[in-house]
Amino acid sequence: MLRFAAKRFLSLALSMIAASIVIFAVIEVIPGDPASFMLGLNAQPDTVLALREQLGLEGSVVSRYFNWVGGMLTGDFGTSYTYRVPVSELVLARLWISLPLALYALVLSTLIAIPVGMIAAARRGKASDISIMGVTQLGIAVPNFWFAMLLVLIFAIKLRWFSAGGFPGWDQGIFGALKSLTLPAIALALPQASILARVMRSSLLETLGQDYIRTARAKGLSQRQAIWHHALRNALIPVLTIIGMQFSFLIAGAIIIENVFFLPGLGRLIFQGITQRDLIVVESVVMLLVFAVITVTFLVDLAYAAVDPRLRHST
Amino acid sequence: MRLPRTLILGSVLFAIFLFAALMSFLWTPFDVETLAIAKKLKTPSPEFWFGTDHFGRDIFSMIMVGARTSIAVAVVAVGIGILLGVPLGLWAAANHGGWLDEVIMRGNDLVFAFPSLVIAILITAVFGPSALNAIIAIGIFNIPVFARVARGGALSLWTLEYILSARVAGKNKLRISVEHILPNIANLLIVQGTIQFSVGILAEAALSYVGLGAQPPTPSWGRMLADSQTMISFAPHLALFPGFAIVLTVLGLNLMGDGLRDLLDPRIRRDRG
Repeated sequence: MLRFAAKRFLSLALSMIAASIVIFAVIEVIPGDPASFMLGLNAQPDTVLALREQLGLEGSVVSRYFNWVGGMLTGDFGTSYTYRVPVSELVLARLWISLPLALYALVLSTLIAIPVGMIAAARRGKASDISIMGVTQLGIAVPNFWFAMLLVLIFAIKLRWFSAGGFPGWDQGIFGALKSLTLPAIALALPQASILARVMRSSLLETLGQDYIRTARAKGLSQRQAIWHHALRNALIPVLTIIGMQFSFLIAGAIIIENVFFLPGLGRLIFQGITQRDLIVVESVVMLLVFAVITVTFLVDLAYAAVDPRLRHST
Repeated sequence: MRLPRTLILGSVLFAIFLFAALMSFLWTPFDVETLAIAKKLKTPSPEFWFGTDHFGRDIFSMIMVGARTSIAVAVVAVGIGILLGVPLGLWAAANHGGWLDEVIMRGNDLVFAFPSLVIAILITAVFGPSALNAIIAIGIFNIPVFARVARGGALSLWTLEYILSARVAGKNKLRISVEHILPNIANLLIVQGTIQFSVGILAEAALSYVGLGAQPPTPSWGRMLADSQTMISFAPHLALFPGFAIVLTVLGLNLMGDGLRDLLDPRIRRDRG
């Protein structure tokens, strides 16, 4: 296990380095000078020069890359051009919305999908299975931002149960904050729950077809007992992998959903960064998102190997 | 052979939108670029089947033209994925276990770390938002998907005897990949292509919604939803119709993908109850 973990960690580190080079290179290929790009066409030459110095644009490409990476490793992401505050401060404040939102959606999606998938598998071919499969098919096809708009229309505008958007802040009480994240989290969770329920169903069906389940049934266990005592734990392994993989979709999805609900999270930050040409912010947030995706993939790999010893040797 | 019901239903749904997209080149009920403020925000009626938007443009016509944008972006993005991903996957499989295989697969892992939205953000931060940049972003995301499918399918074929005899006959890896492997993984690629097509439609809608895709005046479903957002309380029809268009197109493609998989892979057909 240790050797497997070390090997995976090496590949994690290599991916991070490669990703940082790609992101740095893309931002570098901007034709001309990034400082004049950020300031627009009518900028004064001395303003451009001042920004160049502030951005640390003097020096070779290699030394600038190492400055950037070195800065990030020590928590210094540079200073935002438009906000005039350290990017790390901006990102940290926004992370406290995007991260809880993604986790909230992950929990919702798991809580919905696992029982629904189990019911569908246990009643394979019956009306309830067919309708669950139909609804999940539809759930996968619905764009989450559109579903979010429908939720706003129904629960905020018509029924007035929730506010249509905005975030009161965690200091105003956890309940209020969670309430304002509820509709966004439901919107994010729906497509993921649909996928997860389908995975749960097929995984459980496959497990139920195994010989040891047949043996358990032959020994007199009911279908329900066989599922709870034997099949469920084994069927959950592929489901856990999918849950891990979904985290990156949730983080990316959160960027879009935040726009529907005017939540001041990473998504709003990154789009403001794009429109205001605040490349340092864009660069840092993108790196952070990719960092999150790579790390979660790494953790899922480890968890999977811990559960299934065969994987430690095959990879 | 009986066609799976999902395939028939999915094909019909998708054909409707494909027809609307093609038809929009020749005819739409109203011109989508002419503004008619006097007729703004009309609800659905015999004259305007799906109503009009805040500029008085006919929603039905905009959805027809929007279908064109969505389908075009998704087709080209899937094309990029197939044209670059499949050769990479075949190449990796032909040199399985070698450094080339390792480099290609690690490169794939790297691209997987960038969700298409993040690629789009990077590209638009540098080159500005456009439909072309959306295509590139979704296309790049498709490359590792097809590379993986092609490699996985090809690896299992390389161990078979008829490939061995082709090698004994003196054919090189390139010829074997093209003449024997590719035709045999075509089914897998078609099914994956359908799935990526629907993923592409959803991604294009999301990118246009946040302003990183097709730019006005080009109608696009995502853009229409973005415009409708501030008016949803008094003109919900603006948000409903483009949303239904996306859902039905994606649903059609997903059903088609399921049906094709049932049709092309007899093992799955037997297993499914």
